[in-house]
Amino acid sequence: MEYVIEMLNIRKVFGNFVANDNITLQLKKGEIHALLGENGAGKSTLMNVLFGLYQPDGGEIRVKGKKVNIANPNVANDLGIGMVHQHFMLVDTFTVTENIILGSEPTKGGQIDIEKAEKEVRELSERYGLAVDPKAKIADISVGMQQRVEILKTLYRGADILIFDEPTAVLTPQEIQELIQIMKALVREGKSIILITHKLKEIMEVCDRVTVIRRGKGIGTLNVSETNPNELASLMVGREVHFKTEKQPPKVGKPVLEIENLVVKDARGITAVDHLNLTVHAGEIVGIAGVDGNGQTELIEAITGLIKSESGSIRLNGKEIRNLTPRQITETGVGHIPQDRHKHGLVLDFPIGENMVLQTYYKEPYSKRGILNFKAIYDKARQLIREFDVRTPDEYTKARALSGGNQQKAIIGREVDRDPDLLIAAQPTRGLDVGAIEFIHKRLIEQRDKGKAVLLVSFELDEIMNVSDRIAVIYEGKIVAIVDPKETTEQELGLLMAGSKRKEAGVSS
Amino acid sequence: MSENRLTNILVPVFAVILGIIAGAIVMIISGYDPIAGYSALLYGAFGDRYYIGETIRQVTPYILAGLAVAFAFRTGLFNIGVEGQLIVGWLAAVWVGVAFELPKVIHLPLAIIAAAVAGALWGFIPGFLKARFRVHEVIVTIMMNYIALYVSNAVIRSVLSDQGFKSEKIHPSASLRSEFLQSLTDYSTLHYGIIISLIAAVVMWFLLEKTTTGYELRAVGFNQHASHYAGMNVNRNIILAMVISGAFAGIAGAMEGLGTFENVSVKAGFTGVGFDGIAVALLGGNNAFGIILAAVLFGALKVGALEMPSAADVPTELVDIVIALIIFFVASSYLIRLVLTRFKKEGK
Repeated sequence: MEYVIEMLNIRKVFGNFVANDNITLQLKKGEIHALLGENGAGKSTLMNVLFGLYQPDGGEIRVKGKKVNIANPNVANDLGIGMVHQHFMLVDTFTVTENIILGSEPTKGGQIDIEKAEKEVRELSERYGLAVDPKAKIADISVGMQQRVEILKTLYRGADILIFDEPTAVLTPQEIQELIQIMKALVREGKSIILITHKLKEIMEVCDRVTVIRRGKGIGTLNVSETNPNELASLMVGREVHFKTEKQPPKVGKPVLEIENLVVKDARGITAVDHLNLTVHAGEIVGIAGVDGNGQTELIEAITGLIKSESGSIRLNGKEIRNLTPRQITETGVGHIPQDRHKHGLVLDFPIGENMVLQTYYKEPYSKRGILNFKAIYDKARQLIREFDVRTPDEYTKARALSGGNQQKAIIGREVDRDPDLLIAAQPTRGLDVGAIEFIHKRLIEQRDKGKAVLLVSFELDEIMNVSDRIAVIYEGKIVAIVDPKETTEQELGLLMAGSKRKEAGVSS
Repeated sequence: MSENRLTNILVPVFAVILGIIAGAIVMIISGYDPIAGYSALLYGAFGDRYYIGETIRQVTPYILAGLAVAFAFRTGLFNIGVEGQLIVGWLAAVWVGVAFELPKVIHLPLAIIAAAVAGALWGFIPGFLKARFRVHEVIVTIMMNYIALYVSNAVIRSVLSDQGFKSEKIHPSASLRSEFLQSLTDYSTLHYGIIISLIAAVVMWFLLEKTTTGYELRAVGFNQHASHYAGMNVNRNIILAMVISGAFAGIAGAMEGLGTFENVSVKAGFTGVGFDGIAVALLGGNNAFGIILAAVLFGALKVGALEMPSAADVPTELVDIVIALIIFFVASSYLIRLVLTRFKKEGK
């Protein structure tokens, strides 16, 4: 058996915390090998050890059979290991080629030989089917293209082993398919790939083998052809996981949110929401599907009063709420799980307890005549922490110290507890692992079953398909189609999201 | 948690110790005896009743200036304009003290309130510009310092005196001076201001930690976006923070005008108290109690330094160097934190 990389019994300890506990990962030449684990399971730590950013406290690394000491990323580069980071490391104002050669510029007589570099980049791009324009500025190309630039960067440096860190998190469904083709082309050319992910579907689709880790421990390596998503999920989480969220047919009531001809401009003054119409009824979940940047953010911020809208109408239970202040809108009965939980959802430097009364602190019993009642605040916090299973040492711990999933549970607890008629959930499960996702989906459906209206915005089609009762497809600031999740496919949604008109019958809006 | 708190206390303490050691090294290099120098400093600050009185008198405006800086800082704003707010507060207090003749129970509070209002107004302008036009408060407050200095000088020359260099003495009914405190401290210039500054520290703590207003101010200070999302009026809170901060600074000016000097004179340059307030707030960890301790240290250094040239031949400039070194070590507290944690680890 020929392995290009062997990480044997790797151990990495931070203080008292064992991040990697004797994990073994063996990568065959020419395979796509998934590294699967929940957030915080130790995937990134393991890969940072391989890439030379951390030194292991135990175990050994072999590259092509030879024991090596990867002291820093330069050593990793020399060994042919390249990493495609989740957060791109590109200079926006430079061209593709300039970014790729950064740090190892070819020179001719003291000047950068940009033409030679461009030629090489073009050749590499064509060889692996990347279709990248070497002369384009990074700022002008899409996120998917920027990722390909990152891939090219590693190839240009002669990498044979590529580590992809959650590469699909930022991509649209179509871009994901293209990336999968690129990865397959790479292994055909003899490269080997480690794919860090917690998305089971991608593993099933593209990987040959998968190594599962859980809470720092290696659970095992399986052949993908001999396993299934359910098995992988329970290996990853350590218990049974339900994918299809169980739900009863909706009991749809009266309209709660009615949006008519809404026009919203974004920060640059460009029309982001363009005469949009949408109705959400009591007892249903409406999912908004769309590629990022088609007006979803502006739509939600306009409904919740975070930004002003130009014209149109937003009614909640028949009452006009357009361009009221966030507080007035909150008090009318809108709950909002914001897209960016660190920016909008929490004051990270406040204790989790004080975060639980972020919208209600001025009301009794949390305060009286301007004086805060900390007993009432922390009683409420303890109750919500219990009910929503927020894992925190105590209610006085700063929100910053909690994991993403627990921060999100805290926000959902706070929003649901105010008992709003309309709950807006913007990407409520972004970056969370399957256990937390399952929990959050259950809570959203619970709200629906209590007769609340739920508006869900997500870039994850799985989530939209799974949770929504109706799907509204948004494209260039308009709702272009409303479809029944039971009667549509991801392909059809993907096309609608890309702006193509719906041909089949059944369009209802 | 408690370990964290311990580090928070240890860091400034270590910073002060390091500053003192570095100061000693500077003294040795320049050919002075550091032990004699520091003995003189200590004697000059706490050596007898008179010096203690003088130290407490100097601590008074430092506490208020530190509170002013810290209050704005806790709301996410850098109020570099404490100096200017202090100057207009001083001017307003003395003007009320000179212009009216009222019973003490009315006159003294009125003068202090006038100082607070003047400082608050001086804070309102940068707050408003920040909230309305997003003009950075650091630039505006620095400029407001100069405006305060020269406006105050112009008013003293043309309104409070006849082209003179200082105003008349305030009426006794507006004075903070106390014969009782003076007799207690061997006729130092100690006045009742220290009580006002201690009350102000309690007010700041209570306002920030216990009220809904403080909750909003802190929330806005940490995260404007989340505060906006939560329905708070971010702009109103920015203005309010600068107004309250300015009021503290204005009262600091009243301490000088109604207590220490009992008049106001034309200034060639800044008093420095407002800028020292930045260091006091930093050393005190922007916390009311910490600020009192930091102000005591700064007051003691400032007053004790006066004794150094005569008793130990050490120039006062050296004291300024020591103060600067202490601030340097506080600002680089990260380094001290690092050493402390490593020390703890090895101790285990």
